[in-house]
Amino acid sequence: MSLIAVTEVRKRFGSNEVLKGIDLDVEPGEVIAVIGKSGSGKSTLLRCINGLETINGGSIMVAGAQLLDDEVHLKALRLKVGMIFQQFNLFPHLTAGRNVMLSQMVVKKAKREVAEAMARRQLERVGLAHKFDAYPDELSGGQQQRVAIARALAMEPIALLCDEITSALDPELVAEVLAVVRELAAEGMTLMMVTHEMAFAREVASRVVFMHEGRVHEIGPPAELFAAPRTPELQRFLGLVHS
Amino acid sequence: MTEFTTWDILRNLLLAARWTVVLSLVSFIGGGLIGLLILSSRISKRRAPRIFAKGYIELFQGTPLLMQLFLAFFGLGLFGVNVPAWLAAGVALILWSAAFLAEIWRGCVESIARGQWEASASLGMGRLQQMRHVILPQALRIAVPPTVGFSVQVVKGTALTSIIGFTELSKAGTIVTNATFQPFTVYGLVALIYFALCWPLSKSSQILERKLNVAHRGH
Repeated sequence: MSLIAVTEVRKRFGSNEVLKGIDLDVEPGEVIAVIGKSGSGKSTLLRCINGLETINGGSIMVAGAQLLDDEVHLKALRLKVGMIFQQFNLFPHLTAGRNVMLSQMVVKKAKREVAEAMARRQLERVGLAHKFDAYPDELSGGQQQRVAIARALAMEPIALLCDEITSALDPELVAEVLAVVRELAAEGMTLMMVTHEMAFAREVASRVVFMHEGRVHEIGPPAELFAAPRTPELQRFLGLVHS
Repeated sequence: MTEFTTWDILRNLLLAARWTVVLSLVSFIGGGLIGLLILSSRISKRRAPRIFAKGYIELFQGTPLLMQLFLAFFGLGLFGVNVPAWLAAGVALILWSAAFLAEIWRGCVESIARGQWEASASLGMGRLQQMRHVILPQALRIAVPPTVGFSVQVVKGTALTSIIGFTELSKAGTIVTNATFQPFTVYGLVALIYFALCWPLSKSSQILERKLNVAHRGH
Protein backbone atom coordinates (compact mmCIF):
# COMPACT_ATOMS: atom_id res chain seq x y z
CA MET A 1 0.00 0.00 0.00
CA SER A 2 1.22 3.49 -0.77
CA LEU A 3 2.42 5.59 2.11
CA ILE A 4 1.04 8.80 0.66
CA ALA A 5 -1.88 8.56 -1.74
CA VAL A 6 -2.91 11.78 -3.42
CA THR A 7 -6.11 11.38 -5.45
CA GLU A 8 -7.71 13.97 -7.72
CA VAL A 9 -6.60 16.79 -5.43
CA ARG A 10 -7.77 20.28 -6.33
CA LYS A 11 -6.86 23.54 -4.70
CA ARG A 12 -8.10 27.03 -5.49
CA PHE A 13 -6.96 30.40 -4.22
CA GLY A 14 -9.96 32.57 -5.00
CA SER A 15 -10.70 32.02 -8.67
CA ASN A 16 -7.18 30.81 -9.37
CA GLU A 17 -7.02 27.02 -9.49
CA VAL A 18 -3.50 26.09 -8.47
CA LEU A 19 -3.91 22.31 -8.36
CA LYS A 20 -6.10 20.87 -11.08
CA GLY A 21 -6.54 17.27 -10.07
CA ILE A 22 -3.31 15.74 -8.83
CA ASP A 23 -2.82 11.98 -8.60
CA LEU A 24 0.31 10.69 -6.97
CA ASP A 25 1.22 7.63 -4.96
CA VAL A 26 4.36 7.53 -2.89
CA GLU A 27 5.65 4.14 -1.72
CA PRO A 28 7.50 3.68 1.57
CA GLY A 29 11.19 4.48 1.18
CA GLU A 30 10.74 6.38 -2.06
CA VAL A 31 12.42 9.69 -2.68
CA ILE A 32 10.24 11.89 -4.84
CA ALA A 33 11.67 15.05 -6.36
CA VAL A 34 9.05 17.55 -7.47
CA ILE A 35 10.27 19.96 -10.11
CA GLY A 36 8.62 22.64 -12.20
CA LYS A 37 8.43 26.36 -12.80
CA SER A 38 7.43 28.67 -9.97
CA GLY A 39 3.67 28.89 -9.87
CA SER A 40 3.23 25.33 -11.13
CA GLY A 41 1.74 24.32 -7.78
CA LYS A 42 4.56 22.18 -6.42
CA SER A 43 4.88 23.95 -3.06
CA THR A 44 1.09 24.07 -2.73
CA LEU A 45 0.93 20.31 -3.24
CA LEU A 46 3.42 19.77 -0.42
CA ARG A 47 1.58 22.18 1.85
CA CYS A 48 -1.69 20.35 1.16
CA ILE A 49 -0.16 17.03 2.16
CA ASN A 50 0.85 18.56 5.49
CA GLY A 51 -2.54 20.18 5.98
CA LEU A 52 -1.17 23.72 5.87
CA GLU A 53 -3.61 24.34 3.03
CA THR A 54 -7.12 22.91 2.90
CA ILE A 55 -7.92 21.12 -0.32
CA ASN A 56 -11.04 21.96 -2.32
CA GLY A 57 -11.48 18.51 -3.86
CA GLY A 58 -10.08 15.00 -3.97
CA SER A 59 -8.46 13.19 -1.08
CA ILE A 60 -5.11 12.69 0.58
CA MET A 61 -4.33 9.54 2.54
CA VAL A 62 -1.22 9.16 4.63
CA ALA A 63 -0.44 5.65 5.90
CA GLY A 64 -4.05 4.66 5.40
CA ALA A 65 -5.54 7.59 7.31
CA GLN A 66 -7.47 10.25 5.48
CA LEU A 67 -6.45 13.87 5.83
CA LEU A 68 -9.36 15.77 7.35
CA ASP A 69 -9.43 19.41 8.30
CA ASP A 70 -9.89 19.29 12.05
CA GLU A 71 -7.32 19.63 14.75
CA VAL A 72 -7.39 16.00 15.89
CA HIS A 73 -6.88 14.55 12.41
CA LEU A 74 -4.36 17.21 11.44
CA LYS A 75 -2.32 16.51 14.52
CA ALA A 76 -2.34 12.77 13.85
CA LEU A 77 -1.21 13.44 10.29
CA ARG A 78 1.54 15.82 11.29
CA LEU A 79 2.95 13.30 13.72
CA LYS A 80 3.49 11.02 10.71
CA VAL A 81 4.69 13.60 8.20
CA GLY A 82 7.34 16.16 9.04
CA MET A 83 7.92 19.29 7.03
CA ILE A 84 10.98 21.43 6.37
CA PHE A 85 10.66 24.93 5.01
CA GLN A 86 12.62 27.20 2.71
CA GLN A 87 12.99 29.82 5.45
CA PHE A 88 14.01 27.27 8.16
CA ASN A 89 11.46 28.76 10.61
CA LEU A 90 13.44 27.86 13.69
CA PHE A 91 12.03 29.34 16.89
CA PRO A 92 14.38 32.29 17.45
CA HIS A 93 13.79 32.51 21.20
CA LEU A 94 14.99 28.96 21.82
CA THR A 95 18.40 27.33 21.50
CA ALA A 96 18.97 24.70 18.81
CA GLY A 97 18.53 21.99 21.42
CA ARG A 98 15.33 23.50 22.80
CA ASN A 99 14.01 23.87 19.26
CA VAL A 100 14.34 20.14 18.81
CA MET A 101 12.97 19.37 22.29
CA LEU A 102 9.94 21.64 22.30
CA SER A 103 7.44 19.72 20.20
CA GLN A 104 8.42 16.39 21.74
CA MET A 105 7.58 17.76 25.17
CA VAL A 106 4.51 19.74 24.16
CA VAL A 107 2.93 17.43 21.60
CA LYS A 108 4.16 13.99 22.62
CA LYS A 109 4.38 14.89 26.34
CA ALA A 110 7.85 13.38 26.41
CA LYS A 111 9.80 13.78 29.63
CA ARG A 112 12.50 16.42 29.58
CA GLU A 113 15.38 13.93 29.80
CA VAL A 114 13.92 11.79 27.05
CA ALA A 115 13.37 14.80 24.80
CA GLU A 116 16.86 16.07 25.48
CA ALA A 117 18.46 12.72 24.72
CA MET A 118 16.49 12.56 21.46
CA ALA A 119 17.47 16.15 20.61
CA ARG A 120 21.15 15.39 21.16
CA ARG A 121 20.85 12.26 19.02
CA GLN A 122 19.15 14.09 16.15
CA LEU A 123 21.54 17.04 16.26
CA GLU A 124 24.39 14.54 16.19
CA ARG A 125 22.81 12.97 13.12
CA VAL A 126 22.89 16.28 11.25
CA GLY A 127 26.39 17.00 12.50
CA LEU A 128 25.48 19.74 14.97
CA ALA A 129 25.81 18.07 18.37
CA HIS A 130 28.18 20.86 19.43
CA LYS A 131 25.58 23.55 18.67
CA PHE A 132 23.03 22.32 21.20
CA ASP A 133 23.15 25.55 23.20
CA ALA A 134 23.47 27.96 20.26
CA TYR A 135 20.59 30.27 19.36
CA PRO A 136 19.39 30.28 15.74
CA ASP A 137 20.91 33.71 15.02
CA GLU A 138 24.30 32.34 16.00
CA LEU A 139 24.10 29.69 13.29
CA SER A 140 24.68 29.90 9.56
CA GLY A 141 21.77 29.31 7.19
CA GLY A 142 22.96 25.80 6.45
CA GLN A 143 23.25 25.00 10.14
CA GLN A 144 19.81 26.44 10.83
CA GLN A 145 18.31 24.26 8.13
CA ARG A 146 20.05 21.21 9.57
CA VAL A 147 18.59 22.03 12.99
CA ALA A 148 15.18 22.28 11.32
CA ILE A 149 15.72 18.81 9.88
CA ALA A 150 16.74 17.49 13.29
CA ARG A 151 13.63 19.12 14.78
CA ALA A 152 11.40 17.33 12.28
CA LEU A 153 13.22 14.01 12.74
CA ALA A 154 12.85 14.17 16.51
CA MET A 155 9.11 13.60 16.06
CA GLU A 156 9.98 10.30 14.34
CA PRO A 157 7.92 10.90 11.21
CA ILE A 158 7.46 8.20 8.59
CA ALA A 159 7.87 10.71 5.79
CA LEU A 160 9.46 14.10 5.36
CA LEU A 161 8.30 16.90 3.10
CA CYS A 162 11.00 19.34 2.00
CA ASP A 163 9.84 22.60 0.48
CA GLU A 164 12.76 24.12 -1.46
CA ILE A 165 14.95 23.65 1.56
CA THR A 166 18.12 24.93 -0.10
CA SER A 167 16.66 27.87 -2.01
CA ALA A 168 17.31 30.44 0.72
CA LEU A 169 20.89 29.31 1.26
CA ASP A 170 24.12 30.79 0.02
CA PRO A 171 25.57 28.47 -2.65
CA GLU A 172 28.44 27.29 -0.45
CA LEU A 173 25.98 26.14 2.23
CA VAL A 174 23.77 24.05 -0.04
CA ALA A 175 26.03 21.00 0.00
CA GLU A 176 25.94 20.45 3.76
CA VAL A 177 22.14 20.38 3.78
CA LEU A 178 21.93 18.11 0.74
CA ALA A 179 24.44 15.78 2.38
CA VAL A 180 22.05 15.34 5.30
CA VAL A 181 19.13 14.67 2.95
CA ARG A 182 21.21 12.19 0.97
CA GLU A 183 21.95 10.32 4.17
CA LEU A 184 18.27 10.24 5.14
CA ALA A 185 17.43 8.85 1.72
CA ALA A 186 20.09 6.19 2.12
CA GLU A 187 18.60 5.21 5.50
CA GLY A 188 15.29 4.56 3.76
CA MET A 189 13.33 7.65 4.88
CA THR A 190 10.42 8.46 2.60
CA LEU A 191 11.07 11.91 1.18
CA MET A 192 9.08 14.22 -0.98
CA MET A 193 11.04 17.26 -1.98
CA VAL A 194 10.33 20.30 -4.07
CA THR A 195 13.71 21.28 -5.42
CA HIS A 196 15.61 23.27 -8.00
CA GLU A 197 18.73 21.16 -7.51
CA MET A 198 18.46 19.06 -10.68
CA ALA A 199 21.77 17.29 -10.17
CA PHE A 200 20.68 16.26 -6.71
CA ALA A 201 17.28 15.09 -7.95
CA ARG A 202 18.96 13.01 -10.62
CA GLU A 203 21.30 11.44 -8.11
CA VAL A 204 18.99 10.75 -5.17
CA ALA A 205 15.40 10.61 -6.37
CA SER A 206 13.67 7.32 -7.11
CA ARG A 207 11.10 9.21 -9.16
CA VAL A 208 10.85 12.73 -10.47
CA VAL A 209 7.54 14.56 -10.79
CA PHE A 210 7.40 17.40 -13.26
CA MET A 211 4.52 19.75 -12.49
CA HIS A 212 3.14 22.17 -15.01
CA GLU A 213 0.15 24.49 -14.60
CA GLY A 214 -1.32 22.63 -11.65
CA ARG A 215 -0.98 19.13 -13.09
CA VAL A 216 1.48 16.28 -12.90
CA HIS A 217 2.78 16.70 -16.40
CA GLU A 218 5.38 13.99 -16.45
CA ILE A 219 6.55 11.43 -13.93
CA GLY A 220 9.23 8.77 -13.98
CA PRO A 221 12.66 7.64 -12.82
CA PRO A 222 15.20 10.47 -13.11
CA ALA A 223 17.33 8.62 -15.65
CA GLU A 224 14.38 8.44 -18.07
CA LEU A 225 12.90 11.80 -17.32
CA PHE A 226 16.07 13.80 -17.60
CA ALA A 227 17.55 11.85 -20.51
CA ALA A 228 14.41 11.67 -22.61
CA PRO A 229 11.76 14.19 -21.62
CA ARG A 230 8.60 13.34 -23.58
CA THR A 231 6.71 16.62 -23.43
CA PRO A 232 7.86 19.91 -24.95
CA GLU A 233 7.14 21.67 -21.61
CA LEU A 234 9.62 19.51 -19.74
CA GLN A 235 12.16 19.81 -22.56
CA ARG A 236 11.82 23.55 -22.37
CA PHE A 237 12.01 23.53 -18.56
CA LEU A 238 15.15 21.40 -18.53
CA GLY A 239 16.74 23.55 -21.22
CA LEU A 240 15.83 26.55 -19.16
CA VAL A 241 17.46 25.30 -16.01
CA HIS A 242 20.54 23.92 -17.74
CA SER A 243 21.39 27.14 -19.52
CA MET B 1 -8.57 82.02 58.59
CA THR B 2 -6.22 79.11 58.76
CA GLU B 3 -2.84 79.42 57.13
CA PHE B 4 -1.64 76.48 55.04
CA THR B 5 2.04 75.81 54.62
CA THR B 6 3.34 74.30 51.39
CA TRP B 7 4.03 71.15 53.37
CA ASP B 8 0.37 70.97 54.41
CA ILE B 9 -0.62 71.19 50.79
CA LEU B 10 1.92 68.68 49.58
CA ARG B 11 1.13 66.21 52.34
CA ASN B 12 -2.56 66.20 51.47
CA LEU B 13 -1.82 65.84 47.79
CA LEU B 14 0.56 62.96 48.39
CA LEU B 15 -2.05 61.18 50.50
CA ALA B 16 -4.50 61.48 47.62
CA ALA B 17 -1.83 60.42 45.12
CA ARG B 18 -1.93 56.99 46.75
CA TRP B 19 -5.36 56.57 45.21
CA THR B 20 -4.07 57.61 41.82
CA VAL B 21 -1.45 54.89 42.15
CA VAL B 22 -3.94 52.29 43.34
CA LEU B 23 -6.43 53.13 40.60
CA SER B 24 -3.67 53.05 37.98
CA LEU B 25 -2.47 49.64 39.15
CA VAL B 26 -5.97 48.21 39.29
CA SER B 27 -6.81 49.57 35.83
CA PHE B 28 -3.57 48.39 34.31
CA ILE B 29 -3.65 44.90 35.77
CA GLY B 30 -7.39 44.42 35.29
CA GLY B 31 -7.16 45.91 31.83
CA GLY B 32 -4.27 43.59 31.06
CA LEU B 33 -6.22 40.49 32.06
CA ILE B 34 -9.36 41.46 30.15
CA GLY B 35 -7.15 42.70 27.32
CA LEU B 36 -5.70 39.18 27.04
CA LEU B 37 -9.20 37.77 26.66
CA ILE B 38 -10.08 40.39 24.05
CA LEU B 39 -6.81 39.67 22.28
CA SER B 40 -7.50 35.95 22.10
CA SER B 41 -10.94 36.59 20.61
CA ARG B 42 -9.49 39.18 18.26
CA ILE B 43 -7.08 36.66 16.73
CA SER B 44 -9.40 33.67 17.03
CA LYS B 45 -9.97 31.40 14.06
CA ARG B 46 -13.72 31.75 14.47
CA ARG B 47 -15.58 34.71 13.10
CA ALA B 48 -17.99 35.60 15.91
CA PRO B 49 -15.40 36.26 18.64
CA ARG B 50 -13.28 38.19 16.14
CA ILE B 51 -16.14 40.51 15.28
CA PHE B 52 -17.08 40.96 18.93
CA ALA B 53 -13.51 41.89 19.88
CA LYS B 54 -13.17 44.25 16.95
CA GLY B 55 -16.40 45.99 17.89
CA TYR B 56 -15.35 46.23 21.53
CA ILE B 57 -12.00 47.77 20.65
CA GLU B 58 -13.52 50.24 18.19
CA LEU B 59 -16.19 51.26 20.69
CA PHE B 60 -13.73 52.02 23.47
CA GLN B 61 -11.14 53.62 21.23
CA GLY B 62 -13.75 55.67 19.41
CA THR B 63 -15.39 57.33 22.43
CA PRO B 64 -13.83 59.66 25.00
CA LEU B 65 -12.82 58.08 28.29
CA LEU B 66 -14.83 60.79 30.03
CA MET B 67 -18.04 59.60 28.38
CA GLN B 68 -17.25 56.04 29.39
CA LEU B 69 -16.84 57.24 32.98
CA PHE B 70 -20.13 59.12 32.84
CA LEU B 71 -21.94 56.12 31.42
CA ALA B 72 -20.50 53.82 34.07
CA PHE B 73 -21.34 56.28 36.84
CA PHE B 74 -24.71 57.74 35.78
CA GLY B 75 -25.82 55.12 33.29
CA LEU B 76 -26.15 52.30 35.81
CA GLY B 77 -27.83 54.74 38.16
CA LEU B 78 -30.71 54.95 35.72
CA PHE B 79 -31.45 51.30 36.40
CA GLY B 80 -31.60 52.00 40.09
CA VAL B 81 -28.11 50.61 40.69
CA ASN B 82 -26.21 52.91 42.98
CA VAL B 83 -22.64 52.88 41.75
CA PRO B 84 -20.00 54.37 44.04
CA ALA B 85 -17.47 56.61 42.27
CA TRP B 86 -14.53 54.28 42.94
CA LEU B 87 -16.33 51.36 41.33
CA ALA B 88 -17.41 53.30 38.25
CA ALA B 89 -13.88 54.69 37.91
CA GLY B 90 -12.31 51.27 38.25
CA VAL B 91 -14.67 49.53 35.85
CA ALA B 92 -14.47 52.22 33.17
CA LEU B 93 -10.69 52.43 33.30
CA ILE B 94 -10.29 48.65 33.25
CA LEU B 95 -12.52 48.29 30.18
CA TRP B 96 -10.82 51.24 28.47
CA SER B 97 -7.29 49.90 29.14
CA ALA B 98 -8.33 46.45 27.97
CA ALA B 99 -9.33 47.81 24.56
CA PHE B 100 -6.04 49.63 24.03
CA LEU B 101 -3.84 46.85 25.39
CA ALA B 102 -5.60 44.24 23.25
CA GLU B 103 -4.97 46.33 20.16
CA ILE B 104 -1.32 46.98 21.05
CA TRP B 105 -0.75 43.28 21.66
CA ARG B 106 -2.55 42.23 18.52
CA GLY B 107 -0.01 44.20 16.52
CA CYS B 108 2.78 42.40 18.38
CA VAL B 109 1.29 38.94 17.77
CA GLU B 110 0.72 39.69 14.10
CA SER B 111 4.28 40.89 13.67
CA ILE B 112 5.48 37.34 14.31
CA ALA B 113 6.31 35.74 10.96
CA ARG B 114 3.74 33.33 9.52
CA GLY B 115 6.46 30.72 9.21
CA GLN B 116 6.49 30.41 12.99
CA TRP B 117 2.83 29.37 12.96
CA GLU B 118 3.42 26.98 10.08
CA ALA B 119 6.51 25.37 11.54
CA SER B 120 4.88 24.82 14.92
CA ALA B 121 1.70 23.51 13.26
CA SER B 122 3.71 21.09 11.13
CA LEU B 123 5.25 19.73 14.34
CA GLY B 124 1.77 18.82 15.54
CA MET B 125 1.10 21.66 17.98
CA GLY B 126 -2.45 22.83 18.55
CA ARG B 127 -3.36 26.49 18.49
CA LEU B 128 -3.06 27.03 22.23
CA GLN B 129 0.28 25.25 22.32
CA GLN B 130 1.54 27.39 19.44
CA MET B 131 0.45 30.51 21.28
CA ARG B 132 1.88 29.45 24.60
CA HIS B 133 5.27 28.14 23.45
CA VAL B 134 6.08 29.85 20.17
CA ILE B 135 4.12 33.01 19.47
CA LEU B 136 3.61 34.69 22.84
CA PRO B 137 7.19 34.36 24.08
CA GLN B 138 8.30 36.24 20.96
CA ALA B 139 5.41 38.72 20.91
CA LEU B 140 5.92 39.50 24.59
CA ARG B 141 9.38 40.90 24.00
CA ILE B 142 8.08 43.21 21.31
CA ALA B 143 5.13 44.17 23.49
CA VAL B 144 7.05 45.35 26.54
CA PRO B 145 8.00 48.90 25.40
CA PRO B 146 4.56 49.92 24.03
CA THR B 147 2.82 48.35 27.01
CA VAL B 148 4.93 50.25 29.52
CA GLY B 149 4.39 53.35 27.38
CA PHE B 150 0.65 52.85 27.59
CA SER B 151 0.78 52.65 31.38
CA VAL B 152 1.61 56.38 31.29
CA GLN B 153 -1.72 56.98 29.54
CA VAL B 154 -3.45 55.01 32.28
CA VAL B 155 -1.91 57.13 35.05
CA LYS B 156 -2.95 60.33 33.30
CA GLY B 157 -6.35 58.84 32.49
CA THR B 158 -7.11 58.44 36.19
CA ALA B 159 -7.24 62.25 36.45
CA LEU B 160 -10.59 62.19 34.66
CA THR B 161 -12.17 60.18 37.44
CA SER B 162 -12.06 63.32 39.61
CA ILE B 163 -15.05 64.55 37.59
CA ILE B 164 -17.31 61.78 38.84
CA GLY B 165 -16.09 62.50 42.36
CA PHE B 166 -13.39 59.93 42.95
CA THR B 167 -10.85 61.53 45.28
CA GLU B 168 -7.51 60.95 43.66
CA LEU B 169 -4.74 63.42 42.98
CA SER B 170 -6.63 65.82 40.69
CA LYS B 171 -9.73 65.89 42.86
CA ALA B 172 -7.57 66.50 45.90
CA GLY B 173 -5.97 69.38 44.01
CA THR B 174 -9.38 70.97 43.53
CA ILE B 175 -10.36 70.44 47.16
CA VAL B 176 -7.10 71.86 48.48
CA THR B 177 -7.36 74.85 46.13
CA ASN B 178 -10.84 75.60 47.43
CA ALA B 179 -9.47 75.68 50.95
CA THR B 180 -6.22 77.54 50.34
CA PHE B 181 -6.98 79.82 47.36
CA GLN B 182 -3.53 79.07 45.98
CA PRO B 183 -4.38 77.40 42.64
CA PHE B 184 -1.00 77.96 41.07
CA THR B 185 0.95 76.37 43.90
CA VAL B 186 -1.50 73.52 44.29
CA TYR B 187 -1.90 72.58 40.64
CA GLY B 188 1.81 73.10 40.10
CA LEU B 189 2.46 70.51 42.79
CA VAL B 190 -0.22 68.23 41.34
CA ALA B 191 1.46 68.40 37.95
CA LEU B 192 4.84 67.65 39.52
CA ILE B 193 3.49 64.60 41.28
CA TYR B 194 1.99 63.30 38.03
CA PHE B 195 5.31 63.93 36.36
CA ALA B 196 7.13 62.03 39.09
CA LEU B 197 4.81 59.09 38.48
CA CYS B 198 4.88 59.15 34.69
CA TRP B 199 8.41 60.15 33.83
CA PRO B 200 10.08 57.00 35.17
CA LEU B 201 7.54 54.95 33.23
CA SER B 202 8.09 56.65 29.88
CA LYS B 203 11.83 56.68 30.48
CA SER B 204 11.88 52.96 31.17
CA SER B 205 9.76 52.40 28.07
CA GLN B 206 12.40 54.19 26.01
CA ILE B 207 15.24 52.27 27.61
CA LEU B 208 13.47 48.96 27.09
CA GLU B 209 12.81 49.82 23.48
CA ARG B 210 16.45 50.57 22.85
CA LYS B 211 17.59 47.46 24.72
CA LEU B 212 15.25 45.09 22.90
CA ASN B 213 16.12 46.66 19.57
CA VAL B 214 19.87 46.51 19.92
CA ALA B 215 19.84 42.94 21.14
CA HIS B 216 17.06 41.83 18.87
CA ARG B 217 17.83 38.22 19.46
CA GLY B 218 15.83 35.80 21.45
CA HIS B 219 17.87 35.79 24.62
